[in-house]
Amino acid sequence: MSERYEIDPSDEVHVGERVTVDRYTKAARLNHWLTAACLVLLAISGLAMFHPDLFFLSALFGGGQNTRAIHPWIGVVLFFSFGGLFLRFWRLNLWRPEDGTWMRRLYDVLINKEDNLPELGKYNAGQKIVFWGMSLLILILIVTGLAIWNQYFSEYTTVEQKRYALILHSAAAVTIICVWIVHVYAAIWVKGTFSAMIQGYVTGGWAWKHHRKWLKALVSGKHVDDGKAAPAPAPAGKPGQAAAE
Amino acid sequence: MTTFEYELPNPQTEDVKTVFGQQDLIRRSASTIEPPARQLTPMAKLIDVSKCIGCKACQAACLEWNDKRAPVGENVGTYTIPPDLSPQMFTLMRFTEWINPETDNLEWLIRKDGCMHCADPGCLKACPAPGAIVQYSNGIVDFDHERCIGCGYCVAGCPFNIPRISKTDHRAYKCTLCSDRMAIGQGPACAKSCPTHAIVFGTKAEMTEHAETRIKDLKSRGYQNAGLYDPPGVGGTHVMYVLQHADKPEIYADLPNNPVISPVVNLWKGAAKYAGLAAMAGMVAFGVLHRFVEGPNRVTPKDEEEAKQLTEDPRS
Repeated sequence: MSERYEIDPSDEVHVGERVTVDRYTKAARLNHWLTAACLVLLAISGLAMFHPDLFFLSALFGGGQNTRAIHPWIGVVLFFSFGGLFLRFWRLNLWRPEDGTWMRRLYDVLINKEDNLPELGKYNAGQKIVFWGMSLLILILIVTGLAIWNQYFSEYTTVEQKRYALILHSAAAVTIICVWIVHVYAAIWVKGTFSAMIQGYVTGGWAWKHHRKWLKALVSGKHVDDGKAAPAPAPAGKPGQAAAE
Repeated sequence: MTTFEYELPNPQTEDVKTVFGQQDLIRRSASTIEPPARQLTPMAKLIDVSKCIGCKACQAACLEWNDKRAPVGENVGTYTIPPDLSPQMFTLMRFTEWINPETDNLEWLIRKDGCMHCADPGCLKACPAPGAIVQYSNGIVDFDHERCIGCGYCVAGCPFNIPRISKTDHRAYKCTLCSDRMAIGQGPACAKSCPTHAIVFGTKAEMTEHAETRIKDLKSRGYQNAGLYDPPGVGGTHVMYVLQHADKPEIYADLPNNPVISPVVNLWKGAAKYAGLAAMAGMVAFGVLHRFVEGPNRVTPKDEEEAKQLTEDPRS
């Protein structure tokens, strides 16, 4: 498989006393955290309208009327923000043969027994399921959300369609919150993961342990910055980056 | 013959005590409440479609009492004006020209549409805002606009397509059964204004009994299927119709034949609500459990060393 299915052009290994690997650009991180903020706000405002015991959460948005008014707008921001993430990440989230093997050995994954697992590209099957799950669920949520956005679109659907939209929207929302819990817990569980989305890089050891195929592809593809300012043919290579490191 | 007053009394001029209030709630949206200490007599409005002359006095009285001013409408080729219920128009005479296939006669069916005040109200079931929809033990289902968040769930919950959300203040509106008039011993404004007593008001028992006399009369005039519309699917209603053709209510501008709260709404507001919370809590519980049993997944110094070797001496 060609290189573009293993690594992003901006991914780069930095050689040194401590090896680091660039995993997300600043733009990708900002894009991710905007999406994350929207998702959290949507979950809180949505849960306020989903279960009476959680209605008190609407106070965080300045009351029920404001919660109802702002929730769909946050949804629109999330839709476009996630759209950005989708365009950035979809290619490396395509399903590969090793992902099936990984899934069959999910128990080994859960008991931290990684020796038994195949070498993986930039994403493992769990991450890919989170990615495609989020993509599908956000699509369902935006479509059903527009159908129940009465302030602007009440005339475009029948009452019966709104009923189905409401239950689908609720079910998709519960599912995406569950997917989100998996996503966040995985980042807490696998140490060294947060730095990928905060500083933008991971350690070489992290890449070796969890995404060895990705690391090997970077090295063999000469996506390496060895600090000697060698004319590495990295497509998105930024000369200033090594000095800043 | 009748056991109730056709003519509703005029309003009192002295201060009167309200006869029911918050202590008489039997249901409150998105809340659990204590059952009330007393049970009020269930009240009902009976609309005798066969006696309606389509004068719209009820619509005018409704606008007047509720202090609503609907914008000047357009003639869209029907006597039904405005063409639909609105946040201002809580009641609407719907006109249907129906040709009776048995007699080949044109029958002008005029049904006064509006909230039916279901014993099992779908709007209240769907409402997510605590106390925005309440039900009193006398049968009134009322909206508390101060608490309404304008989400429109009541529209989805209602089997009769009654509530309307205002585009200006984003709150839901519908017939109150003139709860404010009833609270001081008065009847609904529409019933008060009806010149033919097609709309009458009293206890539900009285209204059911009165309906029987009307149905008997209609049957004697050849309306074999005359009957009372008090649909059991929603636990009965506190607004009932006498219909000449009770076997086919749908000819009266799509009055539902057997209205029930949609199973989709029941699922959404029943099992889904609990299953949803349980699923989310289950995911969190799994995470916590996994954390304690397996602990974190850490990169070892050996991994870092391997990475260093790989980058310094690329093997492939």
